[in-house]
Amino acid sequence: MTTTHTRAAEAAAPSDRKTTYREAMREAMREALRSDERVFLMGEDVGRYGGCFGVSLGLLEEFGPERIRDAPLSESAFVGAGIGAALAGMRPIVEIMTVNFSLLALDQILNNAATLLHMSGGQLPVPIVIRMTTGAGRQLAAQHSHSLEGWYAHIPGLRVLAPATLTDARYMLAPALADPDPVLIFEHGSLYNVSGDLPPDAGPVDIDHAAVRRPGTDVSLITYGGSLPKALAAADDLASGGISAEVIDVRTLRPLDDATVGDSVARTHRAVVVDEGWRTGSLAAEISARLTEQHFYDLDAPVERVCSAEVPIPYARRLEEAALPQVDGIVAAAHRAVGEPVPTGTNGAERQPVTGRSG
Amino acid sequence: MSQMKPLNNAEALSLIKESITQIIPDADFTLVRPDDKFRDVLELDSLDFLSLVELLSERAGVRIDEEDYLDLTTLSDATRFLVERTGRGS
Amino acid sequence: MTAFTMPSLGADMDEGLLQEWLVSPGDRVHRGDVMAVVETDKAAIEVECFQSGTVGQLLVEPGTRVPVGTPLALIEEQAVLDERAGVGEAIVNKAPTRAATEQEPAARRQRPTPRKKAARRPEATPEPALAAPRKEPTDKHVHAPPEPSGGADSVIGAGPLVRHLAALRGVDLTTLHGTGRGGRITRTDVEHAQPPLAPRVRASPYARRLAQDLGVDLAAVRGTGDGGAVRAADVRTAMRTLAVGNGPERPDRDPLMGDERPDAAVRRDSRPEDRTDTMRRAIADLMSRSKREIPHYYLSTTIDLTAAEDWIRRINRARTPTGRLIPAALLLKAAAVAAREVPALNGYWQNGGFSPASEINLGLAVSLRQGGLLAPVIHNADTLPPDALMTRLKELVQRARRGRLRGSEMTGATLTVTSLGDQGVEAVFGVIHPPQVALVGFGAVVERPWAAGGMLGVRPVVTATLAADHRATDGAVGARYLTAVDRLLQRPEEL
Repeated sequence: MTTTHTRAAEAAAPSDRKTTYREAMREAMREALRSDERVFLMGEDVGRYGGCFGVSLGLLEEFGPERIRDAPLSESAFVGAGIGAALAGMRPIVEIMTVNFSLLALDQILNNAATLLHMSGGQLPVPIVIRMTTGAGRQLAAQHSHSLEGWYAHIPGLRVLAPATLTDARYMLAPALADPDPVLIFEHGSLYNVSGDLPPDAGPVDIDHAAVRRPGTDVSLITYGGSLPKALAAADDLASGGISAEVIDVRTLRPLDDATVGDSVARTHRAVVVDEGWRTGSLAAEISARLTEQHFYDLDAPVERVCSAEVPIPYARRLEEAALPQVDGIVAAAHRAVGEPVPTGTNGAERQPVTGRSG
Repeated sequence: MSQMKPLNNAEALSLIKESITQIIPDADFTLVRPDDKFRDVLELDSLDFLSLVELLSERAGVRIDEEDYLDLTTLSDATRFLVERTGRGS
Repeated sequence: MTAFTMPSLGADMDEGLLQEWLVSPGDRVHRGDVMAVVETDKAAIEVECFQSGTVGQLLVEPGTRVPVGTPLALIEEQAVLDERAGVGEAIVNKAPTRAATEQEPAARRQRPTPRKKAARRPEATPEPALAAPRKEPTDKHVHAPPEPSGGADSVIGAGPLVRHLAALRGVDLTTLHGTGRGGRITRTDVEHAQPPLAPRVRASPYARRLAQDLGVDLAAVRGTGDGGAVRAADVRTAMRTLAVGNGPERPDRDPLMGDERPDAAVRRDSRPEDRTDTMRRAIADLMSRSKREIPHYYLSTTIDLTAAEDWIRRINRARTPTGRLIPAALLLKAAAVAAREVPALNGYWQNGGFSPASEINLGLAVSLRQGGLLAPVIHNADTLPPDALMTRLKELVQRARRGRLRGSEMTGATLTVTSLGDQGVEAVFGVIHPPQVALVGFGAVVERPWAAGGMLGVRPVVTATLAADHRATDGAVGARYLTAVDRLLQRPEEL
């Protein structure tokens, strides 16, 4: 791979660059396992079953049961074991099936992983990487569908990543493993099957900065993870109506890159934050607060937020769709921010209530 | 503007003096002899002069074009101009 | 509660004499209303307030001399309740009658959108900035100062529901005419009361910043955002409208507005010697400072005015004297537009460096008959068409000579123009008005022999001069400026 490929060369490149998000994650782990023998993968069903979402399929055969370890159904135990291994000098990758189950390991993550460096006066770094699935959209109901990454982004001592593109899925793991702090990687369940060409000049990925995924001039759509494709679709929709939307992929949820987000809003003067988490106390709330703190005099409209309805994510398909941020809602919010009337027939034109039960 | 009655010399002169006084309240006409350039003596600038034209045109009811400005140089010229112009239309 | 302070009415003003209060405690005032007459070393200036509200205590007695920045009076904003609900203006007064005659169906209003209403129905509820200055200052009107909290209880027959509703809608019950039995104020009365104007303009923070940067009065901008909020785009639109000169002119600049207080003028004029003396001293100080601090350089060029005079003659032929132009209007316009081309001459020398100004505000040296001079300001002169410039010129000169200038007309000049042509001299080499960095002079328009195209003819010409600050610019810049003035005057129809 060189960086001198032209676009034409890329188009003509062999189809082995075609990949899915799932394969990109797997390739990242394969590379890590090959290049550093301290790296191992541990989690529920990661070995023989190939991972609950198929991410680690084939790795057991390639690297053996010592390095691809099936764990018992006790998140607290195997996350704790991973932390211990990290303290002992290993570079564990721990997979948790979904973010909902990570709550069983919250004590380990918050009270141990995030604090030990601080409490040991800098003697005990915990270089663990914990991967987990987050988000809704696949009819997995209220115990497998929530977006709690914002909670983890609340915790000092952690770095929280949300790869939303093939490139980030492929190349975020290496810097995460290299980071001396515990790093949490949130993989949105709806992204695993996303496929496309991995750009030949992709990687390495910078995990300190947000990324401008699409430049624009009229409004900034600020999002991350599973909502990025929706924001990009909304930007397409808006462009057809003459509104130029910039799409910012925050991608590092902690520490937040204020500069990239702020610079964008300083240019567009309007912000719509799209976050699949619940609105109250959300990451969207934090981003909105920072914008008003740092860019009050740049704002030409109130900061809009498009978040999930404040309900447990429903199982029924239509209800689930209605509860989640959707393209229509993002488009409507952008229209409100820009101050243009929302085209008729668009759903979700109403500003969502801050609290309450309605969607 | 409606044509007013023809003015005689005395009426015309007092109309001119009243108008100038309105623009320059403390104008001292004892300093102005009939053939002096009153603009210079009384220090009417171009804005003042335009105001004077406005006032004269309105009060005498005559049209005063830019070409006529030369006839408004001295008090005696101006008096003659007004008498003639107001008399012409009747 | 904010303080109304002694304003700085020029770079050379350190203190001012409060000559007269034009308001009393309890009066309602709007941003832009004239509050007081302040006597500076140079002139008596009507000072406007920058805050709408109710006049509270007057802190300084007339006849007192105080430094710039000294609080002169307190302006109270409306009571908290009213403020929140967006109450406030004199409009409330008129509500009952209007409510009876002009109401649309009662269901029309789901929630109060005061500014939008104001913008849509200017005849019914003029915006504060439009309404305010038309009010006679002697109109000690409006209504009694707002009742302290609990005051509404005393309103006859206003039950809890009505009071609650009034509070929600920001309606002052004391201004309502009850239509119920025994004059009771009913729920319908409150619902039909005209939604009052918000004293604070609803505007986005960015729009506020932009308005300040561009010098646009937010109160005069029509908001198109949510609930009538002014957004950045509205400010830009207003800016453009003002720039082309056919927008809603700021009413305090309304040329048709007469002289409201001849009595005050008479009083001021009764002491002409004082005025002349102090003005003489102020001019002496400023000019000494200028010549002490500013290394002046001077340039001069003679400009053929044939094209300009022909154009003016053509325009004026069809006009009554009231609408006629004089060459000075074109000269000013050319001076302003040329400053746009050579921005290095338009601005201030401050803190050891040059700060260009974002607007071109021409100071106009106006000589006073009793001696001395003033430099009132034509704001954004480069954007005014010659007719508008002519109107401003007449008005400012007239007001300057009557001592009727307002504070906003005395401040903000970025470049000064002087013209001694009417005194017959051909060229004037002026003294720069610090902290400005240049002064443009025009002499008399005279007929001179002029060679053009190998032929000698008689042409009307004017000598344009430039005195400029050599710290800020060099002669080449100044030369570019005068050349631009010349070029612009050859195409008067484009000015």
